[in-house]
Amino acid sequence: MTEKKLLMGNEAIALGAIEAGVQVVTGYPGTPSTEALETILRYADRCGIYTEWSSNEKVALETAVGAAYSGAKVLVTMKQVGLNVASDPLMSLTYIGVKGALVLLVADDPGPHSSQTEQDTRAFGHFANIPVLDPANPQEAYELTKLAFELSHEFEIPVILRTTTRVSHSCGDVELAIAEPAAVEASCEGFTKDRRWTIFPRLTAERHPWLENVQVQLSERFSGFPYNSISGSGKIGIIASGVSALYVKEAVKGFEELFTLFRVGTVYPFPEKAALSFLKGIEKLIVIEELDPYLEEQALQLTGRAHLPVDIYGKKNGFFPVSGEYNVDIVIDGVNKVLADLGETSRISHASPAILRGELPPLPVRAPTLCAGCMHRTVFYAFKQAAKQLKKDSQIETIFSGDIGCYTLGNAYPLNMVDTCLCMGAGLSIAAGLSRTNPEVKQVAFIGDSTFFHSGIPAVVNAVYNGADVTLAILDNRTTAMTGHQPHPGIGVTALGNPSKAIDIASVVRSCGVEFVRTVETGSPENSLENSLENSLENCIEAAKEAMEFKGPSAIVFKGKCVGITKSGTRLTIDPEICTGCGFCVKQLGCPAIFLPPGEDKPVIQDSCSGCGLCAQICPSGAISEGGVKK
Amino acid sequence: MKSEGAKPEGAKPEGTKLQGMKYDILIAGVGGQGVVLASRMLALAAMKAGFRMSTAETIGMSQREGSVSSHIRIGDEIQGSLIPAGQADLLIGLEPAETIRNLPFLKKGGKIIVNSHSIPPASKPPGSPEYDPAALLTFLEAHVPGILCLDFTQLAEEAGTYRAANVAMLGAAVGTDMLPFSKEIILAVLETEIPEKHRAVNRAAFEGAIERIKLIPGHPDGEQKVKSNV
Repeated sequence: MTEKKLLMGNEAIALGAIEAGVQVVTGYPGTPSTEALETILRYADRCGIYTEWSSNEKVALETAVGAAYSGAKVLVTMKQVGLNVASDPLMSLTYIGVKGALVLLVADDPGPHSSQTEQDTRAFGHFANIPVLDPANPQEAYELTKLAFELSHEFEIPVILRTTTRVSHSCGDVELAIAEPAAVEASCEGFTKDRRWTIFPRLTAERHPWLENVQVQLSERFSGFPYNSISGSGKIGIIASGVSALYVKEAVKGFEELFTLFRVGTVYPFPEKAALSFLKGIEKLIVIEELDPYLEEQALQLTGRAHLPVDIYGKKNGFFPVSGEYNVDIVIDGVNKVLADLGETSRISHASPAILRGELPPLPVRAPTLCAGCMHRTVFYAFKQAAKQLKKDSQIETIFSGDIGCYTLGNAYPLNMVDTCLCMGAGLSIAAGLSRTNPEVKQVAFIGDSTFFHSGIPAVVNAVYNGADVTLAILDNRTTAMTGHQPHPGIGVTALGNPSKAIDIASVVRSCGVEFVRTVETGSPENSLENSLENSLENCIEAAKEAMEFKGPSAIVFKGKCVGITKSGTRLTIDPEICTGCGFCVKQLGCPAIFLPPGEDKPVIQDSCSGCGLCAQICPSGAISEGGVKK
Repeated sequence: MKSEGAKPEGAKPEGTKLQGMKYDILIAGVGGQGVVLASRMLALAAMKAGFRMSTAETIGMSQREGSVSSHIRIGDEIQGSLIPAGQADLLIGLEPAETIRNLPFLKKGGKIIVNSHSIPPASKPPGSPEYDPAALLTFLEAHVPGILCLDFTQLAEEAGTYRAANVAMLGAAVGTDMLPFSKEIILAVLETEIPEKHRAVNRAAFEGAIERIKLIPGHPDGEQKVKSNV
């Protein structure tokens, strides 16, 4: 019996995978992919699915590969930049292939909303010779997940299910074939020794023709799939995939007689036969896609090869934006440009808004910021003070390298404590490089606990090996915070909630050979001001100074608890009798709990305060103390 | 709503009445205000009422005190999850500045419910305009006739917690007949979606808002609602 449920795209993918019989799921959290594995976790016990948060995407894929070699059905989840980390095993895996089935969920982030890049996984699939399915909404995400498992099993190759933010983080009513997920098969056939599992130049040479042949077979197969559909009979063709296809449908509503839409759900290998029959029926082609001109390139080479006289309008000739997230209005603008170029008289009109964007009054900038009471703010502020002192005493400047996580927000005004940030685990290596070229400048790198385990350790090894004069500040808030609080190797618990050995970060750093290693408590919301918090800032500043003065690699593990998962019973208040209205707390910290009411000069502390005590420690007149009732 | 062919309050809509039905709602606010929960509740209510729906939420970095919005598209046809400019039928703004930031999504003649409780950004980077909530609310009232503006944070606080402002605003929306489904449907969703320990206070905020808007003198929707109940 089918059942309709409201599901987020990522939830739909998880349920599709369970229905397909997934037995092993691995991944590393990354927006917008995270909820897929989290949904599997909800059913893991009941359905008998081994599920883990791995230490990084490469490890996640390799773990999944071992399971798939044994005939298991496996799913690996990551965001698009995670695929870069996993690309080494993936590029080789295509030659080896799998038994069972191996599906990668890779979530792209046009915009980008929460990512470093606007890379396009469809192009990555092309590059790596891995089939890519591109759903448009949660319903399709559910169905294409099941299809991905079937294809992977039948062709013995990994398959990528590629989503974008507006698919992964969109909710919709999804028609499920099975109302409640059932237990998956408990066992698989097991690993059989065979030379096919050991990559070697000769094996690669043997397998490469097979791999190319699979692409041809898949392209052929895809041409007959209902997910590649043609609708309409207009002389102007439009080709689109993913959520862009839905924007097109909405944009051209009422103009259907003008256009023929070719929706592509299986984007790589490109369904050439279906595309050719579409191209032969049209005179002009508009390509509408976010990120890379991937479909556009497919169409260009196909029309060239087939000598079809079809003009193509897309990103390459400036009709559509080359970057950023699309929407219905962007599609309308692009299509109208093409209609004008073609000498057509009709234009698609936009809806008329209550107010145009240009008529809006100036609005305050509201950038994301560290939470009230976040331990990172204390550490950033401490290093700022330590660096200020160093500059004053010895005229030595400091460069701060950041990393990927909540603490990237240390870049924001007024902290301004991130001078470089590139990718997961890069901060310390970049600092080491900066130290070679700026010997008179101090180098400090910040890294979070989860990122440290993800890819921070090799940089520590290298700094010790090559003797870099760098300071590493490890912000250990006991969780993977930015993606919604997943456990990691330092916590002592697995994704499934089983106890595990908690790996101590300070011990790891020490065992790598770092001689200066300190552990400093930043104070947690559970501690009241009377206990350890009073001097927490001072302790952090002292430790920062010492570490920066140390010649060679030094490290401090700052310990605290993420305020997103600890409930604090304390809060601070500002005594208006003592407060001079100097605004120091507001200007220095950028804490969202400190609020300057419009038109007034004395700030107040709001209920979102978690009592970290940082503002109390910097207030020049001692006006801030614990008090007030927290609701 | 009724003029657009939506179902009458309460009853499950019949297939024929759904033809061409489309109702787009945008919820805007600041990360942490509960925009995602409100959006989920509306989507579930729409589903219970027999509609199809899709939503797009802001999940990720902006949830840390940044500008967030949710698009909820209700109707008989599934479209892309983002509402095009000028097509939202209803804008629920949990914060004045964020309401105005999203005004270009509202259609001409669209409805607005706005929470007058302002949240100034945690910091004012050099060059960022001054935040003057009173001026922004005046702008809203001048440009969009018939907005429903109340301090829903205060109202929720009176019901037990300021955190329930999002649910209070859903109460105001359904109480002024701005949603294509009944109060009972949202209450049923509230029962399943809000954890038991927070349920009573959220219900109180929801009902409190419904009662409060009836008292707004001269408010067209408020009056209409009262009349239709007589």
